[in-house]
Amino acid sequence: MDLILQAAIIGILTGGVYALMASGLTLTFGVMEIINIGQGALVILGAYLIYVLEQKLHLDLFVGLLITMPLMFGFGLLIEWAFVRPLKRDRIMLSILVTFGVALVIEGLLGLIFTTDLVRLQAWYTTASFQVAGFYLSYIYVFGFLLSVVLLAALYFLIYRTKFGASLRALMENRTAAQLIGIPVERVSAITFGIGVALTAAGGMAFGATNSFNPGSSYDLISRLLVIIVLGGMGSLGGALIASVLMLVIEDVTAVIWSPIWSTTVFFIVLVIVLLVRPQGLFGQVAGRKQ
Amino acid sequence: MKSKPIWLLALLAAAVALPLVFPNPTITTIAVLTVIFAAAATAWNIFAGYTGYIALGHAAFFGTGAYSLAIICQHWHVPADFTPFALLPLCGVIAAVVSLPLGLVALRTRGHTFIVITIAMFFVAQLLAYDLRGVTHGSAGLSLPIPLWSGDFYNMPFYYAGLLILLLALAVSWWIRNSKYGLGLLAIRDDEDRALGLGVKTGPSKLLAFVISAFFVGMLGALWAYYIESIFPPFAFDALFDVAIALMTFMGGIGTLVGPILGALLLEPAQQLFAVYFGQSGWYLVLYGALLLVVILLLPEGIVPTIRKRWAQWTAARARSSPNSPAPAPPLPPSPTSQHPAIAARGEGGER
Repeated sequence: MDLILQAAIIGILTGGVYALMASGLTLTFGVMEIINIGQGALVILGAYLIYVLEQKLHLDLFVGLLITMPLMFGFGLLIEWAFVRPLKRDRIMLSILVTFGVALVIEGLLGLIFTTDLVRLQAWYTTASFQVAGFYLSYIYVFGFLLSVVLLAALYFLIYRTKFGASLRALMENRTAAQLIGIPVERVSAITFGIGVALTAAGGMAFGATNSFNPGSSYDLISRLLVIIVLGGMGSLGGALIASVLMLVIEDVTAVIWSPIWSTTVFFIVLVIVLLVRPQGLFGQVAGRKQ
Repeated sequence: MKSKPIWLLALLAAAVALPLVFPNPTITTIAVLTVIFAAAATAWNIFAGYTGYIALGHAAFFGTGAYSLAIICQHWHVPADFTPFALLPLCGVIAAVVSLPLGLVALRTRGHTFIVITIAMFFVAQLLAYDLRGVTHGSAGLSLPIPLWSGDFYNMPFYYAGLLILLLALAVSWWIRNSKYGLGLLAIRDDEDRALGLGVKTGPSKLLAFVISAFFVGMLGALWAYYIESIFPPFAFDALFDVAIALMTFMGGIGTLVGPILGALLLEPAQQLFAVYFGQSGWYLVLYGALLLVVILLLPEGIVPTIRKRWAQWTAARARSSPNSPAPAPPLPPSPTSQHPAIAARGEGGER
């Protein structure tokens, strides 16, 4: 029983980090109607950026975020400007191919620079642990969760309490109408994409401090992130949040009571059952006819 | 276009003669992989191109076909001669059977959600290949019988088997394109609700196209498995496969008959050359990714629709200027219909 409780707690804590990465993906989808397949590679890029800062400048992982998040935001703006904005037709499909191309280039370059050896971010809180409810928990899980909570709260504030957020939500509801009432659609889209990429910098740090990673880790990540946003309902931030926690808790608990091999498979079975009942995901809207 | 059959025969003759003229194994290896990908892209286009539903999980069926052949060969002690070729249709049927429930679940959704669900299904399939160790041996992979023949002849049976599947897929694609059934699929692509209202049985139509494309892709997976002799989960279930066939189809022109083949003829050899020269380093991924980006940014509409549009503009311009006015005709204003991909691509169907 204690083991299950432990697994559930770790599931919730890591679920928060996945929620951070997935909300960037689902937000980009909701606003721009594109799927950024490169999100996984960008998370790994974020992790490596922190790794470099830690190795060369001995910066604390969380302090490093003050540098990497703006950097990744700028990189997101660049990707959007160079590759996403020129797509005029078949945007969904072509955006998938284009962002996959970006992901391949990132993966290839990271492989050239860092080789495929597994690395892990190090700090005192990734090794030290404290006792809670009868088991030891590494500090990084709690710190990573707190980071996610703070950033997600900031994201919610931005979306629901600011003028920019109002424009963003208008775009989510109806792009054409938003343009007609004078919302700078392209600028809002670009900034949204940038925010989504900036969130991967933070997600990458938390991921890299709790997992060993190499440039190829992005495939596992993007498959999980895609599944999370489908389960939550594409374009729904709350859905992404709940689906992330659900996924990680199911996985960790299955690993304890059955076997780690089947943990992901059990989650996928849950996904298929949910989709049979609600094809649009937990909080998604039915994709119907668009005029 | 009266000379069309002659051209087609000439192309076919060239395809048949290719390995006889260039028996060099480097060239025939590229040729084998190119026909496999051309056929896969053609099969993918039958579903994705005609219905407009973009599926990015066909690597699951490719892997299913590959593993089916490997497992069958192990259990039945299939000799390493031409027998595995005879088993290809069976592997295709297995892939088609697997695709049926997946299609039923995935096709309940539309648009973006459908794409992401097919991607998720692909990852489930790959995961199962790792985890069902009793059948697949997990990451240790499976070996197939090593063919008895060798030398310059080695690639030939694979090339002709692949070419045969390509021709079959092309024939099915052509037939669907020119049938009432295909018209229903195109109606689904253009406006699914209206198609339903007009009496197209949208659900079964989509599912049938999905299963047909899975059947061909499964056969190709099995052929590929016999060709490379040993299979492992990350290569049999390869995310790059999905992206590659989608990119080839888009590059040639999605929804057109020959577009996918054209795309495969251009992209697959390029990819193989990258792999030969840069396969050992990370530059391979960088170059392939860059190629992907360049293709999409320069040719978003695909080669076939672009050429068709240019051709129409050119003939129209010539017809107007030919009588005796030497003044160059102004460029034809792009009409809204020729701009629309769905309508532009449909021109091919009107030729019958």
